[in-house]
Amino acid sequence: MNSENKVLLQVINLKKYFPVSRGLFTNRQTRYVKAVDDVSFEVFDGETLGLVGETGCGKTTVARTILQLYRPTSGNIIFDGIDLTSLAENELRKIRRRMQMIFQDPYASLNPRMTVGNIISAPLDVHTDLGGKEKQDKVQDLLRLVGLNPDFVNRYPHEFSGGQRQRIGIARALALNPDLVICDEPISSLDVSIQAQVVNLLEELQDRLGLTYIFVAHDLSMVRHISDRMVVMYLGKVMELAARNEIYLRPRHPYTRALMSAVPIPNPRKARDRQRILLKGDIPSPLNPPNGCNFNTRCPMAQAICFNTDPEYREIEPRHYVACHFA
Amino acid sequence: MKPLMEIKNLTTRFYTQDGVVNAVNGISYTLDPGEILGVVGESGCGKSVHALSIMRLIQIPPGEIPAGEVFFGGRDLLKLSEREMRMVRGHEIAMVFQDPMSSLNPVYTVGFQISEALMLHKKMNRSQAKVRAIELLNLVGIPEATKRFDNYPHQFSGGMRQRAMIAMALSCEPKLLIADEPTTALDVTIQAQIINLVIRLQEELGMSVMWITHDLGIVAEMVHRINVMYAGFIIERGFVDDIYNHTLHPYTMGLLGSLPSIDEAPGTKLISIPGLPPDLIALPEGCPFFARCTYRVEQCRQERPQLENAQEAGHTVACWRWREIQGLGVA
Repeated sequence: MNSENKVLLQVINLKKYFPVSRGLFTNRQTRYVKAVDDVSFEVFDGETLGLVGETGCGKTTVARTILQLYRPTSGNIIFDGIDLTSLAENELRKIRRRMQMIFQDPYASLNPRMTVGNIISAPLDVHTDLGGKEKQDKVQDLLRLVGLNPDFVNRYPHEFSGGQRQRIGIARALALNPDLVICDEPISSLDVSIQAQVVNLLEELQDRLGLTYIFVAHDLSMVRHISDRMVVMYLGKVMELAARNEIYLRPRHPYTRALMSAVPIPNPRKARDRQRILLKGDIPSPLNPPNGCNFNTRCPMAQAICFNTDPEYREIEPRHYVACHFA
Repeated sequence: MKPLMEIKNLTTRFYTQDGVVNAVNGISYTLDPGEILGVVGESGCGKSVHALSIMRLIQIPPGEIPAGEVFFGGRDLLKLSEREMRMVRGHEIAMVFQDPMSSLNPVYTVGFQISEALMLHKKMNRSQAKVRAIELLNLVGIPEATKRFDNYPHQFSGGMRQRAMIAMALSCEPKLLIADEPTTALDVTIQAQIINLVIRLQEELGMSVMWITHDLGIVAEMVHRINVMYAGFIIERGFVDDIYNHTLHPYTMGLLGSLPSIDEAPGTKLISIPGLPPDLIALPEGCPFFARCTYRVEQCRQERPQLENAQEAGHTVACWRWREIQGLGVA
C-alpha cells in the first residue's frame, strides 16, 4: 500500500447508541449503551485495516454500521464518495454489492438446508440476472478461487469442516466482485493450522482481486500479520491508529502498550525477556463509562486531568493518531 | 526425583453410532512435583479427553478406558472405586475448565461454592470455610473479597469468574491443578492477568500444573515441559526450549509456522499445514500425520512410529525421519 492511494471509505464522527429499556412493564428508554462513540478513520483502496480491541469495545458495531446493518445515531460513512447514511434502503442495496462481509462463525452463517451452490449463488440471484449455465460456471469458478473442489456444489454445509465452511463464506462474499470486504473475526473459531490456511487465502485473494479489507479481530498476532494499518479501540472509542509497525514497535497510548505486551510470543526466550504490562481490573460497563478518559480506571499513568477531561483524538506524527493526554 | 504422576499406555475410546472413536491412543508420560506441563494440540487431538480420563470424568458408556494406568500418590487412579475417586477430585487433583460461566452454578453464591469444597474435603464448618474462602478470593486477586463472597456468578465478569474457579480449585491445596484452556474465552489483557496469577500461585504453593491449550504462544512463557498431541498420540515431548528451538516433529514445525512471528518481515507468508487431522474412527495404520506431512515416505504409511529419544535429555519424538529432517523446517 502506498500513501498516494485513494480513500475508499471514510468514517466521520460515527456514533451508535443502543437504548436500554428500564423496568419490566414500562418502556422508558432512559439510558444508552454508547457502543461506538465518536469514531473517525479512513480506509484506503487496496489496504487491510485491522480493527482490534477487547470484548465490548465496539469493533463489531463499527463493522456493522459501516454496512448500514445498524443505522448510526449520528456521523457519516462515505463510501467511494457516497454518504451511505443518507441513502434509503433500496438505494443502499445497489451499493451493498460492493461491500461484503465474512462472518465469525462458519457454522451459524451458512444455512444448513441450502446446498453450497445455492449459498454462493444467492447474492447473484439478488443482484444480477445471471442464470443457468452462466451462473453455474460462476459458482464453480468461485469454488475454485477459494481452493475447493467445484464438484462440491450439490453438497450441504454439514459435510464440510470449519475451515472449508469459512472458504464457502469467503466465496459467497466474493460472488459480486466487491471492493470492500469486512472480515469479522473470520478465523477465531478455527484451529491454529487451519487459521493459517484461511489467512493465506485471504492475502492471496487480495493480491489477485485488489480487495480492500477491514479485518476485525481480538487475536492481535494475526491482525498484525495481515494488516497495513491498525485501529485500536477501547470502550467505543479509538485509542490509537497508525501503521502496523508503528503500533507494534512504537505504541504511544498506554492501552496499546499493554495490549501489545499481552500478545503471546511463540518463543520461550523472547517471551521470558519481554516486560509485560499488566492492567488492573476489568473493562468498565459501556452503560456506565468513566468520566474523562475512558481508560482511566485501568491506566497505569492516569493523572488528575484524565479523570476530568476526555483526551482529544489527534495526529501526533504524520498518520499516527492517539487519544491520550500524555502521548 | 520421584514423579508426582506417572501415566502408562492410557487409552480412551468412545462408542458412537458411526463407530469407535479412538480419542486417546496409548499415551505414557510422567509429571514431576512442581512442574508446569503444557499439553498442546488442536481440536480432537485428545488433550482434554486425556485429562478427563485422569480425573475419571469420562462417561462410561459411551466412553471406555480399555487400557492404561495412572499412578498418582502411589496408587492407580483407574482402579479406585467411585467413592475413593471422589476424595481425589478437588482434593488432590483439581480442574479448571474453559468456560467459567457454565462451570459455576448460577443459583448459588460464589462464596458458597468455594466453601462447599472446604466443608466436604477439609471438614471445616461454615464460618471457618467462609474465612478461608475469603482468603482464597483475596489470593486470586478479587477486590473487596468480603463483599464479593455473597455475589452470584452473574455479578462477576468473565475474568473474575475464572479467578473464582481457580480459587475453588485451589481451596483444598491440590498437588496437581489441571487447567483446560482456562483463558480461551477471555480477552488478551485478562488472559495475561490469569497466566500471571497461575505462575505466581504455582511458585507460592509449589503444586504441579497441567495447562491444556491449542495456543503455542501462551505456553512458551509459562511451562517447563510440553507434550504435543495429535490424533490421540503424543508425537513430541520435551523441555520448552527444545520444543521451540530444536523442533523435531513435522507437525510441531507446522504448528509453529502457522503462528505469525513478532519480528517477521512484511509480506511473509504463514506456513499452513495442508489438509485436516485424520478421522479418529478410522485411524491410519502408520503415522497419524502421514496424510499432511511434507516429509512422508513409504515406511510412514505402513508402520506407526513410537516416541524415541532425541539428542537433548528428555526430548522425545515419534517420527521415522526426525534425524534427517531436523533443522529443515517445513518446506
